[in-house]
Amino acid sequence: MAWELNSDRPIYAQILETLQVRIVCGIYKPGEWLPSVRDLAAEASVNPNTMQRAFVELERSGLVMTQRNMGRVVTQDTQMIETAKHKMAVTQMNSFFANMRQLGYSDNEITSLVNNHTNNTNV
Amino acid sequence: MNEQYMNAAPLLQINDLCKRYPNMGSYMSVFHMNLTIPRGRIIGLLGPNGCGKTTLIKMINGLLAPTSGSVYINGMFPGAESKRVISYLPERTYLDNGMKVAQMIDYFADFYENFSKEKAYSMLESLGISPEARLKTLSKGTKEKVQLILVMSRDAQLYILDEPIAGVDPAARDYILRTIITNYNPNSTIILSTHLISDIESVLDDVIFMKNGSLMLHTSVDAIRSQHNKSVDAYFREVYAC
Repeated sequence: MAWELNSDRPIYAQILETLQVRIVCGIYKPGEWLPSVRDLAAEASVNPNTMQRAFVELERSGLVMTQRNMGRVVTQDTQMIETAKHKMAVTQMNSFFANMRQLGYSDNEITSLVNNHTNNTNV
Repeated sequence: MNEQYMNAAPLLQINDLCKRYPNMGSYMSVFHMNLTIPRGRIIGLLGPNGCGKTTLIKMINGLLAPTSGSVYINGMFPGAESKRVISYLPERTYLDNGMKVAQMIDYFADFYENFSKEKAYSMLESLGISPEARLKTLSKGTKEKVQLILVMSRDAQLYILDEPIAGVDPAARDYILRTIITNYNPNSTIILSTHLISDIESVLDDVIFMKNGSLMLHTSVDAIRSQHNKSVDAYFREVYAC
């Protein structure tokens, strides 16, 4: 999951999403330390204050916790990580369906296209 | 913590600053500018050609006298004390062409007590520049890199970089921006003027837009993005459309 910061939305919001995906897909595992703000800022080529802001938002969501003077650690509450994962899946589905409907497909047609697609890619 | 950092005055304060050059009639290159710059920010100074960016920068550095108004650095007028805490990259090179890079580094180390030779040599190595090369044998872009290395090797409170990345290749540009990020410390601020907005946008906290010598806008990058649903680059193109 690389840093792709090319949309016009606020940079901290894009960073936040990348960090959430990294937690959900296990790059940062439950109970593990996150890299420092400075290291991640350098890795993503963003301003450290912007990275800091993304961290604060991430903390507010409960996915990470600050250990005083030591850094940040990913939550051990796997249920919470699952919930976050599900939420992101729903967001993806919503935008997929919205785009397909815009192309003029009915929900039934979309469902059969999806089935076809999974059948084909499984062969 | 160093006690000079505990100074209550803002790092840079500009009050009602105006500059009129002689022989320019009543035209004001900088017109009633007010600005307060805190510590710990990376700020882009943006605006079309001739809008007064360099004039403003020269007044902050004490190279030009204001027509009216005032500039304070740590609560003091520009002078020897402010030059100690400001590391300034001018728009044009002023290095002695006959000197070797290593001699230039010695020169800077003699001149500024907060200059780190170690930092300078490590940056030279990363960019593949030989310390034994004479400046006149270097390309325009490489000379610019050397000059930027000299400026960034100081442990200053305020870095003012006038067009720091215009002449260098994209790979070196990335390196320079990464250097700025990794050198970041909460006690110092970097102000950089540039036209290459999309290249530096993600590195900036705030942007200052100037137009006809006046301050048009001073806000954060993410504020522009969330209010206008546009990158700063796209917003600039809209605001200054010709």
